[in-house]
Amino acid sequence: MAEATPPPSAPSATQIGVDSWVTESDERRLHRAGAWGAVLRGWERLPPPGKLALVTPAIAVPFIPIVSSGNLFNYGIFILLYALLGLGLNVVVGFAGLLDLGYVAFFGFGAYTFAFLSGTHHEKGHVFTHHWPAELSIPVAIVLCGVLGLFLGSTSRRLLGDYLAIVTLFFGEAFVVFTNSADPYGVTNGSNGLANIDPLKFYAFGQHLTIASVRGYYWFLLGCVIVVLVVLHFMSESRTGRAWKASREDPLAAELMGIPVNRLKITAFIFGAGIAGLAGTVFAAAQTGAFPQNFSTQVLILIYAVVILGGVGSLTGMLVGAAVIIASNQVLDSTSPPNLQRVLFYAALIIGFALMFRSSWRKLAVVAASTVALGFAAHAIASAAWPRGVHGSVTSGGFLTGAIKHWVLLPTNPGRIADYVYVLVIVLAVSLTQLKGWWRVALAPFVFVFTAFLWENLLIQQPAVTRYVLFGALLIVLMAIRPQGLFGTARVEIA
Amino acid sequence: MSEPSSSGNGAASEPLLQLESVDTFYGPIHILQGVNLQVRSGELVCLLGGNASGKSTTLKTVLGIVRPRNGTVRFEGEDVTSRSTSYRIGKGIAIVPENRRLFGPMTVLENLQMGAYLQGGGTKEAFDRVYSLFPLLHERRSQLAGTLSGGEQQMVAMGRALMGKPKLLLMDEPSMGLAPILVERSFEIIQQVHESGVAMLVVEQNANVSLSIADRGYVLSTGRLVLEGPAAELREHEDLRKAYLGR
Ligand SMILES: Nc1ncnc2c1ncn2[C@@H]1O[C@H](COP(=O)(O)OP(=O)(O)OP(=O)(O)O)[C@@H](O)[C@H]1O
Ligand SMILES: [Mg+2]
Repeated sequence: MAEATPPPSAPSATQIGVDSWVTESDERRLHRAGAWGAVLRGWERLPPPGKLALVTPAIAVPFIPIVSSGNLFNYGIFILLYALLGLGLNVVVGFAGLLDLGYVAFFGFGAYTFAFLSGTHHEKGHVFTHHWPAELSIPVAIVLCGVLGLFLGSTSRRLLGDYLAIVTLFFGEAFVVFTNSADPYGVTNGSNGLANIDPLKFYAFGQHLTIASVRGYYWFLLGCVIVVLVVLHFMSESRTGRAWKASREDPLAAELMGIPVNRLKITAFIFGAGIAGLAGTVFAAAQTGAFPQNFSTQVLILIYAVVILGGVGSLTGMLVGAAVIIASNQVLDSTSPPNLQRVLFYAALIIGFALMFRSSWRKLAVVAASTVALGFAAHAIASAAWPRGVHGSVTSGGFLTGAIKHWVLLPTNPGRIADYVYVLVIVLAVSLTQLKGWWRVALAPFVFVFTAFLWENLLIQQPAVTRYVLFGALLIVLMAIRPQGLFGTARVEIA
Repeated sequence: MSEPSSSGNGAASEPLLQLESVDTFYGPIHILQGVNLQVRSGELVCLLGGNASGKSTTLKTVLGIVRPRNGTVRFEGEDVTSRSTSYRIGKGIAIVPENRRLFGPMTVLENLQMGAYLQGGGTKEAFDRVYSLFPLLHERRSQLAGTLSGGEQQMVAMGRALMGKPKLLLMDEPSMGLAPILVERSFEIIQQVHESGVAMLVVEQNANVSLSIADRGYVLSTGRLVLEGPAAELREHEDLRKAYLGR
């Protein structure tokens, strides 16, 4: 008996067979040298509230001048809105590990509920007039979203991956169809949506408070984001937060510990739905209405992009993710100058290629040199054999006009050719990921040249499409640099 | 409370855990066939059997991860056959699962807290007890469980199961993957925990060691109990010796 239990301070009686270097892994971890390394180390040591305290103003402050100059949806509000949506989705996807593809419907449901309770709407012979104060309508909208989440969560009872994804995707689509046309009572006013609703009106501390300015919504949203962040922070550190994590890592083991896995998943679902609902109410108030097209799949993709980029499971990441995604989305919108898009496009392309060959400078140099050579060679051959191929004009050139004119083939009427090249580029890009070593080096210049051709002859003329193409490229590049997202934590796991 | 009539050896104490003619299926496959098994308070019972004989399934049936199609599961005399896993664990059952199943990306401390989920994350007393059994866990409390060695992981799994102060501890092959010295060490700890008053149902391939510390044993063969009795008797049993003890 005495032998069986060495006292805690006894010299390592049980050290035989124990792998000692893991204990000192912290001391043995390789650190990046120099000032940047010191900054990184300091950042990693910072507790989450500290990170938050640094990140929030860093993101919020630069937008204050823009917002106060009245550029309504362009920056600050959108960023905060998507940060809020990202935080909600993060509970569902990041904390509980559920793939919810109907998330945007909760956002819409919150917006519609608020809009319905804050104005006069008539259609199909019905007139609805409600002018609820916001301190009532916002909680009601949040609770209704939560109830809807409960309903959806419990119908897909087993909440298994694919099954849940399909059910929620269907739900999201059904919501758009319903608001657009299928609603028999005119509650949602079809494709016209609910317009001209009241701004946010509160009655608090004996006085009426109305938020009607852009600046007002900005501060109000910032407050919402901070409150949600704090609540979620404490939640993720709580028993429930850890149980979510455990259920995500190993549902059976969690079940064996007595954790009610399914109930916790539904709780996460409800939480996410409620946060989306809150975002919806502020959104509806700020744009004084709710319309079906506000809640399309594109919005869902943006929210997912925020979560993935920010780092699934990280709270601070959502703020940064939202700032990066929304800012780039705004910069790339259809009104921004095409040359800006062009610069970003080539930058993403070059960075992507550089990353692909980052392990070998030799290969990278070969690819770069042969890419340049290939462009000029193709140009030379075309001007001899196929003059039409070089007589097109550069779309909205800017300072790159000269280079493009002599390096990219610009046919006078690209039409069909560009479509074929589109398919070819996709095939080549896929092949590129499959090839290894010098085969990849050999193919890469062709991919680059054809992609440039595609951009100059087709994509740049269609800003609405290019925005998403660029967006995808940006995400891919960032994911290549940090697969775990900006704020996710990479860990060494020896299972 | 119904007093079970089928008490085997006429021992005084009422069974803590009782399976009564349990039939468990996985879909159409009949795994456990009419299993009758008891564990009394403070008893250490071992369950032996070859691969795929249904040992793990028996433990899953006890916890309600699978539900028997026929038969009843009683804990402290209460029929828990249709109760949730969570309910049964709250009543005082804990398990060291097959292959340990730690939460790899969580720290040792968090793993221990999960073991006491239904008790709100663990009292200081529970932590003290676990840390005195496994001083190493205190030292490594902020290390990620997935980065521990197999032997260390076994300690976490046992510590985690003890965090909820169970009355009955189920163990599925606690010696799996351990070096001989650690097998011995872990059986010492099992015995120590047992002596502190926790009843145990231990599933083992290592019949020799487990019978040496058990009070009683059962032998399962393709879903049926083919042998049962006091551990000392089983150790002398001709067939068992041939099949498991290798002598
Ligand atoms: N979820 C399941 N679905 C279908 N069959 C299963 C399932 N789990 C176990 N089985 C089958 O039930 C039988 C008994 O499995 P069980 O895990 O109880 O064996 P065991 O006695 O613990 O074996 P081992 O010593 O190898 O762990 C096996 O044939 C197994 O394939
Ligand atoms: Mg087994």
